[in-house]
Amino acid sequence: MKKLKLEGNQFLLLITVLLFAVMYVIGLIVFKDNNFGRLQVFLNLFISNAGLIVIAVSMTMVLITGGIDISVGSVVAMTCMLLAWMMEKKGIGAVPAVIIVLLIGIVFGLVQGFLIAYLKIQPFIVTLAGMFFARGMTAIISTEMISIKNELFLSWAQEKLYFPFGGYVNKKGVVINPYIYPSVVMALLVLVIVFLILKYTKFGRSIYAVGGNEQSALLMGLNVRRTKLKVYIIDGFLAAFGGFLFCLNTCSGFVEQAKGFEMEAIAGAVIGGTLLTGGVGNVIGSLFGVLIKGTIETFITFQGTLSSWWTKITIAALLAFFIILQSLFAKAKEKRK
Amino acid sequence: MKKKLLSIILATAMVATMVGCGSATSEPAAAEPATKEAAEEATPAEEVAEEPAAEEASDDLIVVGYAQVGAESDWRTANTESFKTTFTEENGYQLIFDDAQQKQENQIKAIRSFIQQEVDYIVVAPVVETGWETVLEEAKEAGIPVILSDRMMDVSDDSLYECWVGGNFVKEGEDAAAWLKTYLEDQGRGSEEINIVTLQGTIGASAQVGRTEGFANGMQDNWVMLDQQTGEFTQSKGQEVMESFLKQYPDIDVVVCENDNMAFGAIDAIKAAGKTCGPEGDIIVISFDAVAAAFDSMIAGDLNATFECNPLHGPRVAEIIQKLEAGETVEKIQYVDESYFDTSMDVAAIKETRAY
Repeated sequence: MKKLKLEGNQFLLLITVLLFAVMYVIGLIVFKDNNFGRLQVFLNLFISNAGLIVIAVSMTMVLITGGIDISVGSVVAMTCMLLAWMMEKKGIGAVPAVIIVLLIGIVFGLVQGFLIAYLKIQPFIVTLAGMFFARGMTAIISTEMISIKNELFLSWAQEKLYFPFGGYVNKKGVVINPYIYPSVVMALLVLVIVFLILKYTKFGRSIYAVGGNEQSALLMGLNVRRTKLKVYIIDGFLAAFGGFLFCLNTCSGFVEQAKGFEMEAIAGAVIGGTLLTGGVGNVIGSLFGVLIKGTIETFITFQGTLSSWWTKITIAALLAFFIILQSLFAKAKEKRK
Repeated sequence: MKKKLLSIILATAMVATMVGCGSATSEPAAAEPATKEAAEEATPAEEVAEEPAAEEASDDLIVVGYAQVGAESDWRTANTESFKTTFTEENGYQLIFDDAQQKQENQIKAIRSFIQQEVDYIVVAPVVETGWETVLEEAKEAGIPVILSDRMMDVSDDSLYECWVGGNFVKEGEDAAAWLKTYLEDQGRGSEEINIVTLQGTIGASAQVGRTEGFANGMQDNWVMLDQQTGEFTQSKGQEVMESFLKQYPDIDVVVCENDNMAFGAIDAIKAAGKTCGPEGDIIVISFDAVAAAFDSMIAGDLNATFECNPLHGPRVAEIIQKLEAGETVEKIQYVDESYFDTSMDVAAIKETRAY
């Protein structure tokens, strides 16, 4: 029984990865004259989506418990605004500012987690309140946009880590080696750590157990409430951390930032094979979910005349496809029971 | 026991992290030759037939990537159309257009993609003023000139962009004041005391700051600015503020609205208060932007004059690109030509000829 479930999930993950590969190859063929094949185009997927990768990873973890967190987009905006405000208006250094926002993220997660795990309030409602609160706080801190000029922060944001190979000469005669920013390394680090926690620790397995069936998790002697609380604390921390990475990309704080980010994270997780009903999910899949979204966006900009709203329509089609696929798998599983 | 387990996990986590990093860097390396192969595989067949023609065409055309804010207003749509009709293949351009859906992160992505496509010029109408250093540095490194349209960017190093093209809001305000002066003189009210109120735009927006400043520059000694409040560029807020103005000040001669939408609200408020406005009425209404609905309002005799905020940046940007192509240097600040329209003109006929 357990073996079968695993196979099904791995199959879903495989489809996601395959879909990404197929899309990328299509891009290589269609846009071969537009330098789509460059390593940098691939790396840009990570550079532009570093924050979203972290948020999607943390969203996956929450979804596995059977919960949801729609506050993350607002928390990202609040984090950016706090960082900008502390560094530019209050003269706080970059390092303490980052530590402060991460602590705020943890507290945010603690409060949401407590309400969800111990007072048994619907995660959707709790994080809906969290979403309004964080967006509101962002506006309270400053309705005007703040540009980050802190030198240390900008040096993190702009420090290019060049690859020693794969360079190209562009038509202006400039040699450019492929590069990434530190934010990409940090995002991948988060991905790997969460992956390992979910796969190899007792805590990770209890997250799956809680999401799979709360009653049997209780009967197995797992502390369901504490597990959930911990997940939301980590989620709060990662939301703030994702916000920090997002801020490294935009270097500014303003109220409208990262609107709809939570939905992009959920879409990424679902395309990656995570079930909203809980118990099933994989952060690697979510990474590919995000990369698929990024690839569609790249298609649109390379194509150059299509409306960018086609991104949303394609995502919708993919979501529908994966949801149907998942439900077919669930049906097949039930039959074998 | 627990501690031991934890330390094992941590150790494996660290090792795996390092391995993870290693594979992350080697993976693209492995992928790259493969993609090259794929590209090479795909080319030979078509190369013979297509390549020379394609090469020639792309050599001739100047490729321009335009990262537009979105499609939130008629003004914006007219701006987009202006670019699409200017940067055509007949004119020697290829336009890559991206609608950022009002999101800065989308614009940053679009600019990165333009850099990879090796466009010749990048044009950006920034969603927000802040946070552009990183991506502009990337464009600079690739040697691609960046031209800003409509809104300014707040960057510490202004060599990051070539120039800015947009409306001169201060001049629009000054023009409005000058128009009012002549209008009053024509009516024989040149030395009368004139009571003015202003419905300002969203405080801090460049249109608000510039228009307020410009109008203040053109104030005459016999004019009194009774009050200035923000109507946040919206019709409903404009109406609300005008209602309170009318209650507070019984003798308003002129209302200056910093965009057309607020003027429509103000006109509703004036009518609701039992007063009249327009060329035949008690209160003179002046507004900015000159959208299509403003012409309707002038035809109806409610609005006196509107001062254009020209969205047709395309030709001006093309002009700049031609100069840069010729190796000339260009001015950092480039204003587009703007005019005004009032009820003494044949507004119905003018409306027919306008793009927005």
